[in-house]
Amino acid sequence: MGKTRGMEVSIAAAEAVKQADVDVISAYPITPQTHIVEKLSEFVANGQLEAEYVTVESEHSAMSLCIGSQAAGARTFTSTSSQGLALMSELVPIASALRLPMVIYLVNRSLSAPLSIWNDHSDVMSIRDSGCIQLFVKDGQEVYDHLFIAYRAAEKQEVLLPVIVNLDGFLLSHTFEPVEVMEEERIRQYLPPYRPLYTLNPDKPITMGAFAPPSLFTEAKKAHDETLKASHPYLEKAWEEWAVISGRRYRPVEEFNARGAETIMITMGSLSETAREGVKILREKGQNIGLLELRQWRPFPQEEFRQGVKGVRRLVVIDRAVSPGSTGGPVASEICSALYGMEDQPSLENYVAGLGGRDVTVEDFLNMAAPPSREKKYAFSIHGAR
Amino acid sequence: MFAVKTLTDREYLAPGHRGCSGCGQAVAVRMVHKALGQRIVVACATGCMEVISSPFPQSSWEMPWIHVAFENAAAVASGIEAGLKALRHKGKIDNRKIKVVAMAGDGGTADIGLQALSGALERGHDFLYICYDNEAYMNTGVQRSSSTPYGASTMTTPAGRIQKGQATWKKNMMEIVAAHHIPYAATASPSYPMDLLGKVKKGAEIKGPAYLHILSPCPPGWGIEAEDTIGLGRLAVETGAFPLYEQEEGKIRLSLDFDKLIPLEKYLKGQGRFRGIDQERMDYMQERVLEMWQDLKRKAGLRELRPSRFRKEGVKWIRTS
Ligand SMILES: Cc1ncc(C[n+]2csc(CCOP(=O)(O)OP(=O)(O)O)c2C)c(N)n1
Ligand code: SF4
Ligand SMILES: [Mg+2]
Repeated sequence: MGKTRGMEVSIAAAEAVKQADVDVISAYPITPQTHIVEKLSEFVANGQLEAEYVTVESEHSAMSLCIGSQAAGARTFTSTSSQGLALMSELVPIASALRLPMVIYLVNRSLSAPLSIWNDHSDVMSIRDSGCIQLFVKDGQEVYDHLFIAYRAAEKQEVLLPVIVNLDGFLLSHTFEPVEVMEEERIRQYLPPYRPLYTLNPDKPITMGAFAPPSLFTEAKKAHDETLKASHPYLEKAWEEWAVISGRRYRPVEEFNARGAETIMITMGSLSETAREGVKILREKGQNIGLLELRQWRPFPQEEFRQGVKGVRRLVVIDRAVSPGSTGGPVASEICSALYGMEDQPSLENYVAGLGGRDVTVEDFLNMAAPPSREKKYAFSIHGAR
Repeated sequence: MFAVKTLTDREYLAPGHRGCSGCGQAVAVRMVHKALGQRIVVACATGCMEVISSPFPQSSWEMPWIHVAFENAAAVASGIEAGLKALRHKGKIDNRKIKVVAMAGDGGTADIGLQALSGALERGHDFLYICYDNEAYMNTGVQRSSSTPYGASTMTTPAGRIQKGQATWKKNMMEIVAAHHIPYAATASPSYPMDLLGKVKKGAEIKGPAYLHILSPCPPGWGIEAEDTIGLGRLAVETGAFPLYEQEEGKIRLSLDFDKLIPLEKYLKGQGRFRGIDQERMDYMQERVLEMWQDLKRKAGLRELRPSRFRKEGVKWIRTS
C-alpha cells in the first residue's frame, strides 16, 4: 500500500500527474488552478517528471497545443478554471471529436461577470455539450485517484475521449487533506504506457480534422454520441480495477443512506461532504432522508440514476450554476429529463446554491431538506439570495 | 539547390482538390511540399487550403496532416513538436527527424492567429510556419484582412461613394516576425519557383522557428483571370509591391534586386479589386512602395534607387538560394 500524507489537494493532483508519467503538459495560469501547474513546473524543472512543459501565451493555445501533442501520440495533460475554460471552449469539442484522450483537471470557478475567483460550476456547465467525459470528485483522495482512473478509461481504444475531472476551486483545491499516494509500481500496473491507435506519423500518414459535408455531419455526431455513451462500462471497469489496487470503490452515482429513503438530496462535487453531515443530523431527528452524489455527469448514468431514485417520493436537487432563463439549474433540468416517463415520479425541488464562493453550510442543507409547507410537484429557487 | 530537372515527380498535394483554377495558393503549396518531402507533419488552419483539400472522406494530403481551427495552427504545431520531442526523448519513437510545418492564410496569420504565432515563435519551437497570403479572407468570400493592400476593394471594404476600398496599409508580417529574433524568415512567390523551393528547404533545415510569407494570387478574390496568376505574381515582385528577401540572423538579403522598378500601375491595372482607383491614391501607393523598397535596400546594405527609377523590361537575378 502507499503512504498517506497530509497535503494540499492541488499538490496531490500534481503528484498524480507526475506518477501518470505524462509526456506533455501545457497550461496557462489562472486562480485557483495555479498550484497544480506550478507544482508540475517544479517537478519538470527538478527532473522528477520527464515531460515537455510548454508555457503557452493563453488557454486557447494551451488546448490547441494539447490537441497537437495528443495527436502526435503523447500522453497529454492540462488544467484550467473559469475564464480559462471559456477561452479554450472553441477547442474542447474539437479535442473530443478528434478522439484525443487527454485529461483535464478543471478547478471549478465562476464565470465572469461580475468577476469572481471563487467556486461554482458555471464554467463546466458552459461546455456540458462538448462531448467529453465529465466527472466530479469531492475530496483530495478522489482528486488524486481520478487522474489515473481518467487516463485508464480514456485511453481504451473503444473510448478515446478527453476526460474532465471537476474539483471545486479553493473549497477543495486549496484545502489540506490526508491523501494516500500509491506506490509507483501499482500505478504502472494500473496505467500501462499509452498506445495510441492513430497518430500523426510520416510512416503512416493520416488526415485528421477533415470537414464533413451535410451528408456525413449527422453521422459523425451520432457516432460521437454513441461513443460517449458507450464509454460508461469502461469507466465502471476503470473504477473496479482501481478498487482492486486501492481498496476504494467509486460509482457513477454514489449513495449515502439512500436505500429506502423517502426524500433524496442530489449534489455534485465537494458539496456532497457537507450534505452528508446534514443527512446524518436529519436521520437522527427521524427524517427518512438520503443523498445521491452524482459523480459521472457525462455520459449521464441514466440507469444507475433511475435505480437510485426508485420509490423515492421527493427529490431535492442542489445545482451550483444558474441556467439563466431556464426552468431550473442544469443538473435539475437533466434530472427532470431523466425522470420523464418513469412510474411514480417523485416531486422535485431545485435549489441553486453556492454561487461565486457563497458558503453552503450544514444549516443550509437542513433548510433545503425541510419539507415544503405545501407540496408542489416542482419548485425552483436560488437559495440564499438576498 | 533545386533545378527543374532534379525536382521530384512525386506529388504531395494530390490532384483533384477543389481549388479554383489558377489558384496561386494551390500552386505554391504543391511546390512547397515538393521541397519538404515526406518526413513532415502539417498543422493547417481553417481557410481555403483546408476546405479545398479535406472534404471527408477524401483528402489531398499525402503526409500526416491535421486541421483544428482558424487561429491556432502555430499552437497546434507547437504541440506536435513538443509531443514528438517528448516521445523521442523517452525512446517511444525513433530518432529520425520529423519536421513540423504550420500553414495558414493571411487572416489566420496576421489577424486572428497572430497571438498564437507570436507565442510559438517566442517559445522557439523547431517548426516552419508558412503564411499563404492571398490578401483577404477568401474562404469566406473575400473580406478584408490586415494584409489586404491599400485601395483594394473587398466585400467588407467595398469601393463605395465615400470609402474607396481598403483604407489601411498592408500589415508588415516580416517585421513582426523579425521582432521575435527567429533564425530565418523569407518572402517567396510561386512565380519564382526555384527561389521558393530553396527558401522552403532552408527554412525546414534550420533548427528553431522559421517563417515563410508567400504571396498567393487568387483569381476570384483579386478579379483576375486564372492564367494571370503567375504573371501577376511576377509583377508584384518587379514593381516592388512584394519584394523577395530573406531575414537571417538580423540581416536582410534581397533575393531579387532591380536597378529599376516597373511602375506600380502596371500591377494594379490588371486586377478587378483595384478598378476605379483614382490618380491620387495611385500616386500615394506608388510613393509608399518606393519608400519601402528603398528602405529594404538600405537595410540590405545596397545602394538606393536613383531618381529615374522605373524600367520597362528585364529581370536581373543577384542571388538564388
Ligand atoms: C474563430 C473563427 N472565426 C471565423 C471563422 C470563419 N473563417 C473561416 S476561414 C476564414 C478566413 C480565412 O482567411 P485566410 O486565413 O486569409 O485564408 P484564405 O481562405 O484566404 O486562404 C474565416 C473568417 C472561423 N472559422 N473561426
Ligand atoms: S478563392 Fe482564391 S485562394 Fe481560395 S481556392 Fe479559389 S483561388 Fe484559391
Ligand atoms: Mg487569405
